[in-house]
Amino acid sequence: MQLFTLLVPAVLVSDSFSATFRPTRDGARHSEALEALGKQAAHPRKTAQDCGLTHTVGGAMKLNERSVAHYATCDSPTDHAGFLRKRVERHHHHTHHHHATSYQRRWFVLKGNLLFYFEERESREPMGLVVLEGCTVELCEAAEEFAFAIRFDDAGARAYVLVADGQAAMEAWVKAISRASFDYMRVVVRELEKQLEEACKSLAACRNSPRRSSSSGRKRHLSNPALQPLQEKPTILENGYSTWGSGGSVPGGTTCPDRDGGHVKPPPLPPRRRSAAGSTAVSPAMPESPVSPDTACFSKLHSWYGQEIVVLRREWQERQKRGHP
Amino acid sequence: MGPWGLQRGGGRRGPARPPAEKAAEILMRLPKKGSVLKKRLVKLVVNFLFYFRTDEAEPIGALLLEHCRIAKEEENVFSISFIEEPERKYCFECDSEEQCREWIEALKRASYEFMRRSLIFYRNEIQKMTGKDPLEQFGISEEARFQLGTRKPESPGLG
Repeated sequence: MQLFTLLVPAVLVSDSFSATFRPTRDGARHSEALEALGKQAAHPRKTAQDCGLTHTVGGAMKLNERSVAHYATCDSPTDHAGFLRKRVERHHHHTHHHHATSYQRRWFVLKGNLLFYFEERESREPMGLVVLEGCTVELCEAAEEFAFAIRFDDAGARAYVLVADGQAAMEAWVKAISRASFDYMRVVVRELEKQLEEACKSLAACRNSPRRSSSSGRKRHLSNPALQPLQEKPTILENGYSTWGSGGSVPGGTTCPDRDGGHVKPPPLPPRRRSAAGSTAVSPAMPESPVSPDTACFSKLHSWYGQEIVVLRREWQERQKRGHP
Repeated sequence: MGPWGLQRGGGRRGPARPPAEKAAEILMRLPKKGSVLKKRLVKLVVNFLFYFRTDEAEPIGALLLEHCRIAKEEENVFSISFIEEPERKYCFECDSEEQCREWIEALKRASYEFMRRSLIFYRNEIQKMTGKDPLEQFGISEEARFQLGTRKPESPGLG
């Protein structure tokens, strides 16, 4: 496997912790150097395992390159892919001389916050990788039609100038890259986490209608819509349920799924990743979900619901015996 | 549009520099034969784990944390290995079980793939509960990467 170019923006590695150490050399040079020297590194690998790119500090910044290449070429979701012409960057001291800019056509693959590029579409390993954190994407049609540039905060870091085949392709790439950062995903995930929690809370209210709660073969004794008396017994039910607006019917717009699909509380942790050992436990509630939830958490919720239903039924039946008030 | 909307001038700016999520001095051993535990400053930033000699400002190495397995080993120790080479383990010895647990939790969630799955999960749940697609407000509901069933058939063990 050959060494490949890696551009890791210095923003990723130098932050407040730098203050603890000796003053660093210019962070900008760091990322540019990584890349430049990566290209020059035609020497054979130092070791069979950790192969790396040399940079100006001396020694090698290792990367789990084999795994990275594997990830680049495996079946995991590709967020965007296509041919782009990549401007060839000369060594910087040549830029003072006038020379023709040339472009090379490469196959680009965007996975998450990683932009890989390959010599050919069929290449088994990437030539390079750009880590897309903290980057800006700009159109630069002055250079070429359908050209755009990926720039980083580091003043010295090179920009990647890429040229698409047409307007649509260019727009698609710019959009994809500008939303590719890990941080952006994190913002969206946190927002959805919050929304789910809020949806659960309002579900807790309508969940008190036992008609909604029965599933998996339980008898529907409790589907009597006129169940206002239930509201008088808050003790075992989840906090925060509200009174019915109109005699037991569900507040407009909110669907209350059956028991399997809803929870009073969202799972306390985001679902754990599957272990590489290949455990494929998927909650039966979500057959299409690739996520395997924390099963301990879900079974706790299910048994809690089971208790709730049992108590509700019992109270309803007792009320029936006493005769409805 | 979410927080990363179009800026004046046409450039789309990504988020500002992401801080390290987690950093600590931890004993680390590479999966090389004869490798010994060495004290390293280990920094988790997005889906990369950088490691530094403790008195240096530039990392000696980085691990991309996609398709990896984080496992508890013996006391205070966890390992990182990658699915195509599960026996090659990067080992980390922490100061305490608690620190070990914290790092395992953080690392397990540190991949883009994990976040993608979480997003799809939450989206699906919210949609079931409210009938609405929460991604519409972000203008990203049509993106392929957020669709259920987007994943191609996986080879066994892909996480």
